Amino acid sequence: MKIQLDFGAVLSEWPLLLTGATWTVALTLIAVALGTLLGIACAWVRGRGMGAALVPWWLKAVVTAYVELIRNTPFIVQLFFIFFGLPAAGFKLSAEAASCIAMVINLGAYAAEIIRSGLEATPKGQIEAAQSLALSGRHIFWRVVLPPALRKVWPSLVSQIIIVMLGSSVCGQISTQELSYAADLIQSRNFRSFEAFIVVGCSYLLLSLGLRHVLNWAGARFLLGRR
Amino acid sequence: MKMFQLSKRGATWALATVSFFVAAAAQAQTALDDIMKAKVLKVAVQTDSAPYGFVGTDLKPIGLDIEMANYIGKKLGVAVELVTVVSASRIPALQTHKADLVIATLGKNPDREKVIDFTAAYSPFFQAVFGPKTVTIKGFADLAGKTVGATRGAMEDQELSKLAPAGTDIKRFEDNNATVAAFASGQVQFVALGASVAANMMTKNPQLAAEYKLLIKESPNYIGVAKGEDKLKAKVNEILAAAKKSGDLDALSKKWLGRPAGDLPL
Repeated sequence: MKIQLDFGAVLSEWPLLLTGATWTVALTLIAVALGTLLGIACAWVRGRGMGAALVPWWLKAVVTAYVELIRNTPFIVQLFFIFFGLPAAGFKLSAEAASCIAMVINLGAYAAEIIRSGLEATPKGQIEAAQSLALSGRHIFWRVVLPPALRKVWPSLVSQIIIVMLGSSVCGQISTQELSYAADLIQSRNFRSFEAFIVVGCSYLLLSLGLRHVLNWAGARFLLGRR
Repeated sequence: MKMFQLSKRGATWALATVSFFVAAAAQAQTALDDIMKAKVLKVAVQTDSAPYGFVGTDLKPIGLDIEMANYIGKKLGVAVELVTVVSASRIPALQTHKADLVIATLGKNPDREKVIDFTAAYSPFFQAVFGPKTVTIKGFADLAGKTVGATRGAMEDQELSKLAPAGTDIKRFEDNNATVAAFASGQVQFVALGASVAANMMTKNPQLAAEYKLLIKESPNYIGVAKGEDKLKAKVNEILAAAKKSGDLDALSKKWLGRPAGDLPL
């Protein structure tokens, strides 16, 4: 069988593809920024040792419920719940806002567990040493416990971020104009589905590799401190 | 296993032979006489395309197509036997004489005309924009600045993209269910849908207070008869012409689609 590929038909729709790539990147960056912060907060609440006595039991229960709920339901269900379900409760969001929120809460839950595993790997002696220097609880967490914990789990966190970025392809289902939405729209117009998905597949590959590099570099440079 | 594999040429011959016999049978032109003799009219209908043909609460087929079948049966003075088919088996049902007529949201196109014959159109099928009763829409220009949901790649999506003004925000969804859900949850102000999907949406969600707004494209339904059955075709056309004149077709269309049949092509 001979297949005739016509990439021109797909690439001539470059404004659509560019809009798509921009949305994919924008959604991912917001998800990374807010999701990681959310993850750190939840990891602190759930983690043992670090000022855990300060956390009321109900907050712990709420955070545990959130983490378990998100990690045990599919992303597309969470997305549809926010976009199609919440308006029934009078909470109407645009497709883009719904996508953004879904990605943040999704990454937040996974990041919480990843970061918690880093926090719990902190040697007890290290915390005790900090306490003996009369550092406050907040100081101990931000300066002593968190940086080495993040350094330990950074590769898994970056992997999770990539997964969330690739998962954003589902957001096209609720009409967010991200990259796979662009591919679907192009192939529904010119029936060049093979070419459209090759182009978009390669775009995702490049975005993933690029994002991994940027995050590895930025993580080492800014977040984790130099060894 | 090898001996059971048909060669390509063998398959072509087999197909040619079968179609020869089908064609020969179709030339007989006895369908109308057979129907009158047996006092039974066999009609192929679909039960998955509300409101044209679907299953009622008593598990029996109901809908516009079924009423049309019963109407023709009554005019012929014979009983009607419904043969349930799916979309892809509508034309084979005629070719294999499982049914005398196909009344199942069947659209006419040149490819189909090669294998079966069509009577006049009996009901409208159309893609249209639907929206809330509270908003007045006079033409496509009024859609500027509004959000309209459509199913990506469907006929209505493609036609709407041509008709709607530049400022229209067309939100495209994966399938009809998602498009309907987006409208039902208020995520889009209007929807572009096929008539049957829209009618289904409106009967199931009366609280939406949605109504027909703008016509996107007409694609009426025809009754299919086996190729060459001109006597039967002429008889059905006669019944349809009378029904059109008496307003019965309009009444039928109004009852199930909420819109008169209008000027249907012959």
